[in-house]
Amino acid sequence: MPDATGLELLAQELRELHPDGVLDTTFFRGKAALSVDPTVIRPALGFLRGKGFGFLASVHGVDYYPDEPRLGVQYELLSMEQLDRITVKLRVSIDDPQVASVTPDWPTADHQEREVYDMFGVVFDGHPDLRRILMPEDYEGHPQRRDFPIGGEPVLFTKDGAQGKDYTA
Amino acid sequence: MSLEVSDYRRREESIDITARTQTLEHTEGAERELLTLNMGPHHPATHGVLRLLVTLEGEVVRSLQPIIGYLHTGIEKTAEDKSYWKAITVIERMDYLAYYFNAMAFCGAVETLLEVEVPKRAQYLRVIHLELNRIMSHLVWLGTAALDIGAMSMYFYGFRERETILDLFEYSSGQRMHTRYIQVGGVFEDLPSGWVEKCRAFCAEMPDRVAQYRDLLAKNEIVLNRLRNVCPLSADRLLELGVTGPLLRAAGNPWDLRKAMPYSSYEDFDFKIPIGTLGDNYDRFFVRVAEIEESLKIIEQALDGLPEGSYITDDRKVALPPRYELATSMEALIHHFKLVTEGFRVPPGEVYYPIEGPRGELACFVRSDGSSKPARVHVRDPSFVNLQAFGPMVENAYIADLIATLACLDPIVGGIDR
Repeated sequence: MPDATGLELLAQELRELHPDGVLDTTFFRGKAALSVDPTVIRPALGFLRGKGFGFLASVHGVDYYPDEPRLGVQYELLSMEQLDRITVKLRVSIDDPQVASVTPDWPTADHQEREVYDMFGVVFDGHPDLRRILMPEDYEGHPQRRDFPIGGEPVLFTKDGAQGKDYTA
Repeated sequence: MSLEVSDYRRREESIDITARTQTLEHTEGAERELLTLNMGPHHPATHGVLRLLVTLEGEVVRSLQPIIGYLHTGIEKTAEDKSYWKAITVIERMDYLAYYFNAMAFCGAVETLLEVEVPKRAQYLRVIHLELNRIMSHLVWLGTAALDIGAMSMYFYGFRERETILDLFEYSSGQRMHTRYIQVGGVFEDLPSGWVEKCRAFCAEMPDRVAQYRDLLAKNEIVLNRLRNVCPLSADRLLELGVTGPLLRAAGNPWDLRKAMPYSSYEDFDFKIPIGTLGDNYDRFFVRVAEIEESLKIIEQALDGLPEGSYITDDRKVALPPRYELATSMEALIHHFKLVTEGFRVPPGEVYYPIEGPRGELACFVRSDGSSKPARVHVRDPSFVNLQAFGPMVENAYIADLIATLACLDPIVGGIDR
């Protein structure tokens, strides 16, 4: 892992390229994480790729309800040469959840960004095919958000349909 | 009779199979007709409920789009409503052939958040069961993949040995599948008496079995024709697509988290990483077969060096007290009550815990807000990510090779859809 000092050096170097890009650095349980502004996500990942982090292991979404800005997207980078990992985090508000898609640089982000869009409603600009991936296409809402209730899904059982009953609440 | 056979041979050899490697550009303009074919979701060769939208030109696949979500059960959402120790049960059910791995990734992430130390004996017990699970998963894959390319009997042999492993799981945990053996802080129980001997007997028998599988498949002309030079993809392209595990190793990149970033005492064991050269279906196939043998070595070493000590942490805030303490110790009773009713609280933070699953990097992301339920659980399932490489693999290949490639991709739809 880049240790706490290494992380600060990386952050400083990135700050020189993008003065307002780096928002925060955290070093938690031996793991480095870089919080960046959503506007610089592509150059930030490109910069880290130049530092050897050439493998994007995972992209996942988080809902920080009730904190603002609510939605988060996290990118897990891996360097197979340095045996190193670093997390890049960004936060967007729920009213304007726009993030540039990293799919052109990292093809592996395709399905994973679609999942974050599906589950959290984060819109990835420039994604070639931003559709729902796990939920049905006509589904309303983004089920992994914290204010989406468990059991909020109406279910139609065949026996109810036969009796002329509507969806169960 | 002999004339007929040689006649057949002659005709067979006269067939021009170079088309396999050509891009078939000779069909131009109006002669070019594309057919969109829907495969699945209910199709025996799609290994679950995976739907493929295939665009065909004649027999050649021009593009492929996987459509997933038919098995989505919202496990990540369900886990947010359960206390940490109850969430293990549902998370285990994601990739239903790698339940020990799912539990290990989740428990590892929670242990990192809690900063709980896992006793050495528990780490070894985990390794033994993880590797048994890896063999089990590869055996199911071997049987079904061989079935997909037409080898019926391999399925029975593979499932016969799998049964022995499931018996071992039942012996140590009470369940054949979804054992919930791995717990936060250690494992559920120590090994029952006689288990080690049974496991050793299995390890002694298994290398011969693997040799039999090789005899059955590795020199079979049909198997070789169906696998060799079929649908290769280079290691660089696989890395771009985020592919890990046996698929990446088959292309010659020896990336294995057990060696590269050891967890749960994997650094104690001596084992090799099988790799391929071309990254075709043949390499994908036999890298997995070789992995079975390496896993056996790890199990034997772990059984030999199994340390004495506790099978779960002594931290009573995390692990249930032993049964006999409940009748005598007030604190034990309180801890037991607190754990069973509320569960333990986890310090706030975010952790990403990757391990080497049977299909690649299986990682669990857990965010805690300080309560006794996780605020977010995400499992980076290797099947989900690896599936993206399927389209590039089968582009310009025959549709029959698509089935063989899907088999060698080894996707588990329970893990893809979660």
